[in-house]
Amino acid sequence: MNVQGPHYFTVDILGLEVKISETIVVGWIIIAFITALILFLTHNMQKIPSKRQSIAELIVTTVNKLVLDTMGKRNMAFAPYMATLFMFSLFGSLVGLVGLRPMTADYNTTLTWALLTFFMVQACNIKANGIGGYLKGFTEPVVFMTPLNIVSLFVSPISLSFRHFGNIAGGMVITMLVYFALTGLSTALGLSVPLATIGIPAVLSVYFDLFSAVMQAFIFVMLSMVYIGSANESEEE
Amino acid sequence: MEKAIVLAASAIGAGIAMISGFGPGIGQGYAAGKATEAVGRQPEASGAITRTMLVGCAVAESTGIYGFVVALILLFINPFIDKL
Repeated sequence: MNVQGPHYFTVDILGLEVKISETIVVGWIIIAFITALILFLTHNMQKIPSKRQSIAELIVTTVNKLVLDTMGKRNMAFAPYMATLFMFSLFGSLVGLVGLRPMTADYNTTLTWALLTFFMVQACNIKANGIGGYLKGFTEPVVFMTPLNIVSLFVSPISLSFRHFGNIAGGMVITMLVYFALTGLSTALGLSVPLATIGIPAVLSVYFDLFSAVMQAFIFVMLSMVYIGSANESEEE
Repeated sequence: MEKAIVLAASAIGAGIAMISGFGPGIGQGYAAGKATEAVGRQPEASGAITRTMLVGCAVAESTGIYGFVVALILLFINPFIDKL
């Protein structure tokens, strides 16, 4: 079996050997694609929206409403970040449909996003409660719970990133295992062409590539919103 | 020979690690059942209920995902082969 991590090649920049992995290349392709898409949707905007503009307005309105419902009116400034994260994550997983390696099946990607959210949560917490209140929050409800509180602080980015990574990578592994099994079945039946691989992997692809990709992007953004929203509430309110 | 034993043990370990999948299965099924009841009682709140249920399911899934990551590491990275 050959389930591998992303391939990479090395480039020589000023005497330093820099490893450029498949994930980075795919990531930049997605960035270019999203930029082109957004520019296409929003150029030449009118008071009375055209079809293109309506799609862009629909995206913005949906995200704004979701952020408003989940985080409240004070945290509307986070809406662009959430929309970016959602789009990047969604296309990062959906790119598997066109045969590229999904960007989110690399743990580096999801860990980066989880760490972004993590540091944002800490910053919001300090901003809302002050540095004293932030440190005091670790000794709640009783002082000897402090080690446990510190452990649970670091568990949240790990679980957030493993969830997204595990779902996409798991889908990849399961699809590959099914392909191997069906190819083996065709060989056992004496077919020269693996006819048994027609059909069944497509059903799996709908679940793992389409449903799981949309679901995980939504859940990642939703949990980020919940974490940041709850950190941004100060204790007094 | 030793290598074969380590590889076999890793494969068995990966299989055992995947047993962790049944806990989240029960939990998510329970959450989905409760959500169905809630929608039946209050159909107009189905949007909020579905959203909450999905987030809850995602959180309940973490333990299963941890087991899966352990299985992946055992299968494809073979950390114990270097210990020989």
